[in-house]
Amino acid sequence: MTDNWHLFEVFIRSKNGLAHKHAGSVHAQDADTAILSARDLYTRRGEASSLCIIKSADIIASDPAEAGELFDPADDKIYRHPTFYTVPDGVKNM
Amino acid sequence: MTTANNIAVQMPQIPEHPERSETAYILRLADNALILGQRLSEMCGHAPEMELDMALTNISLDLIGQAKLLFEHVLTLEDLAPNADALALTRYEAQYTNLLLVAQPNVNFAHIVLRQYLFSTMQKYQYEALLGSTDKNLAAIAEKSLKEIAYHIRFAKTWVLRLGDGTDESKDRMDDALSCLWRYTGEMFARDDILAQATDSGLTTDFTKSYKNWQVEVEGLLVQAGDLQPPEVGQMLMGGTQGRHDEQLGNILSDLQFMQLKYPGLQW
Repeated sequence: MTDNWHLFEVFIRSKNGLAHKHAGSVHAQDADTAILSARDLYTRRGEASSLCIIKSADIIASDPAEAGELFDPADDKIYRHPTFYTVPDGVKNM
Repeated sequence: MTTANNIAVQMPQIPEHPERSETAYILRLADNALILGQRLSEMCGHAPEMELDMALTNISLDLIGQAKLLFEHVLTLEDLAPNADALALTRYEAQYTNLLLVAQPNVNFAHIVLRQYLFSTMQKYQYEALLGSTDKNLAAIAEKSLKEIAYHIRFAKTWVLRLGDGTDESKDRMDDALSCLWRYTGEMFARDDILAQATDSGLTTDFTKSYKNWQVEVEGLLVQAGDLQPPEVGQMLMGGTQGRHDEQLGNILSDLQFMQLKYPGLQW
């Protein structure tokens, strides 16, 4: 596979009103061929009503190695969950 | 009758020609879809990339699906065979009425996408001409197929552009494909008695009147695709729709027909 093939991430929305969900990735040259490839690979069984494609290189993601410093500190901050409030009588839905 | 290697070669008795011109015309549409579908299916597992492998086999399945609907419809008009499989898979070569173009070999990816582009852009005109058909079932099949055809055009066009306007190597391959395949395009828009009768009876309108439009559309794209020029063709090659095929169809049929001839009536 030569340099002009890029990796793209494919997101599928199964029906209007839902959010796009990550389905997988495809190799393609550019936006046009990425949409075609994604359609051919991921929507063969009626999975999609719309497709969204992002160049994998353009996605900025956290480094898994940094997961500790980024996310662990939140583990013991239970007071951040709104579970310490008492719900007034008569309120049916919160 | 069996041959030495025990392959049954007895063909079911399918009439040499359909009696009705409507049936003969629909059979052409079915044969085009079947033969190109089979040709493309040869690429399963052999395309340059997995993504393209899926794309080509998807198109193949679309075409075979169109062929299935058309063969089944033919049988409601004229009792040519016991079922659609027998009609599709057990005729003699000269009874197939597909265009020469659709049987041309998968030389390389440039040939495959150019063949698809030339055929699908014609097929669009051909099926649009069926939308107002007096045969409502045929019109419905055309309407369903046109969505698939639009995608086939989009896919093939994308790749003709990229290869024609790509590297020296890809442009050479596209040039080669064009010089091989262009001579088969005249047949797609040739008018004969079967089409004339199908037009008179209201089965279809005469899509061959769109030949000029097709040429403008296709040649326009070829110019965009690295200024590809169709070759000068003294004589367009024809004969497929009349059952006169070149050596390519026989190759396809030897694969396509094998199981039905070896095990007549076989079902999956």
